Amino acid sequence: MLNTEQIRKDFEILEESMNGKPLVYLDSAATALKPKAVLDAMDVYNKKASANVHRGVYKLSNDATDLYEGARTRVAKFLGAKDAREIVFGRGASDALNLVATGYGLHHLKPGDEIITTELEHHSSFLPWQNVAKVTGATLKFIPLTEEGRVTVENFKSVLTAKTKVVAINYISNVMGYLTPIKEIAALAHEVGAVVTVDAAQAGPHVNIDVQDLDVDFLSITGHKIYGPTGIGALYGKYELLTNMEPAQFGGEMVDFVDLPTGTTFKDTPYRFEAGTPPIAGAAGLAVAMDYVEALGWDNIRAHELELRQYAVDELSKIEGVEIYNPQSDTGIVSFNVGTAHPHDMATVYDANGVCLRAGHHCAQLLMRYLKQPATLRASMGIYTTKADIDALVAATKEGKETFDVF
Amino acid sequence: MSSNLQNLYRQVIMDHYKNPRNKGLISDAGYHDVHLRNPTCGDDVTISIKMDDDVIKDIRHEGTGCAICCSSASVMSETLVEKEVGDAVRLAHQFYDIVKGEEVLGDVEDMGDAFVYQGVSQFPARIKCATIAWKAFEQGISELKEGK
Repeated sequence: MLNTEQIRKDFEILEESMNGKPLVYLDSAATALKPKAVLDAMDVYNKKASANVHRGVYKLSNDATDLYEGARTRVAKFLGAKDAREIVFGRGASDALNLVATGYGLHHLKPGDEIITTELEHHSSFLPWQNVAKVTGATLKFIPLTEEGRVTVENFKSVLTAKTKVVAINYISNVMGYLTPIKEIAALAHEVGAVVTVDAAQAGPHVNIDVQDLDVDFLSITGHKIYGPTGIGALYGKYELLTNMEPAQFGGEMVDFVDLPTGTTFKDTPYRFEAGTPPIAGAAGLAVAMDYVEALGWDNIRAHELELRQYAVDELSKIEGVEIYNPQSDTGIVSFNVGTAHPHDMATVYDANGVCLRAGHHCAQLLMRYLKQPATLRASMGIYTTKADIDALVAATKEGKETFDVF
Repeated sequence: MSSNLQNLYRQVIMDHYKNPRNKGLISDAGYHDVHLRNPTCGDDVTISIKMDDDVIKDIRHEGTGCAICCSSASVMSETLVEKEVGDAVRLAHQFYDIVKGEEVLGDVEDMGDAFVYQGVSQFPARIKCATIAWKAFEQGISELKEGK
């Protein structure tokens, strides 16, 4: 099990208060808090090695380059990639997911081709492919979800055809917290020659991702959900795919020889996808965040989150009128509504009680329609979450229900 | 309940939420409709305005949303009816100042129940909920003036 009391000491922000109440942070699926070690690593770059990378011919610049490329190697190890050249840094998972759609999708798809996706996708996983479909004439197909709202291998098979060229799918749903059977789906997709691109933004802090074992073609993560900084994310892509992929952004440091009129050549992966000055401090912070999370142990993290999820589901269920949409969530993500109370009215009760949680459509409007709800409440737990946090959630829920469940 | 919360959800607001006035659209060519949505939370409001000789003769509303949004549409329908259109638009702008917690300039005698939305300023994330019906009204007036 995790030593939550010890962990909480690393997160100074937990000593803050909100609206006069101790801070109860239950929005880690939106962004996780950042431990001191991560902030320190960013400071070290900014204070001791703040030079640009791959440019200067002086020691400080070399130090910055080592820090940045060291982070790339760290991310490769975190994801189980063979080679650091398979890791492209960007500003987040959205950036990475868009790069696959723009750099690969727009150049490889044609009318009649099919893209398989799901209603569970975050907008940043779905919308880039909706655009690819619109531009190329390819067709979007959705995996039917089970009654519980899950993707199953059987249901995936029902939409997989010889025309399938891309499977764009989440590893963990940001609203339901379900784990998708990616390995099985990737194996089947490869049988028909399709490419599999995985949105692992939510999976990053919860499971030990191994891209070689999963055998996926692309996989996107973001730093700030893994207790790392905002503004840094990474795309894993198989080397053969990346090396044949077109750049999506042009500028400094991604180019080899600039020639007129059309003779310009670009660097090899990953540099051809990293135009401009990269988020160097962010990369340094992300590497340390990965050290921090892995040192806690994936089994411990998972056991901690599932225990809290069960406690939250049990306690919330005791309140009449509370509807939980994912009582069997595979993570610490619990989505619910409270009788006829509107989620935004409830959110203000939580706010006034110092409880941070998400109310809205969670950038998953397709799923809201599936659940037939305009919006939901979502409490999401992290390595620092305690039962006392859940107790505060439950107390505020009761208060909100009394006020707003009026129809 | 904390005092900020009590202040926000004063009885007037909860009363208009539970028992909305002027709710339901009227199928009549004399009315002009505006439909606005807030995709973030799903607030969905239609405001229907009947104007005669630059006087607001009736405001109807329909839609779904939170207590702040729905009650605000109801309160607005009572506040702005029988007002001269220029006064109604001025009141809408004063209402925006009230919910932002800013100093309200000019005559506010006609504001009536709408003043209770002062509490929204303590919860900035809710300002959009409070103003969506009023924004729809304002848009409707602009469209009517342009002869749409």
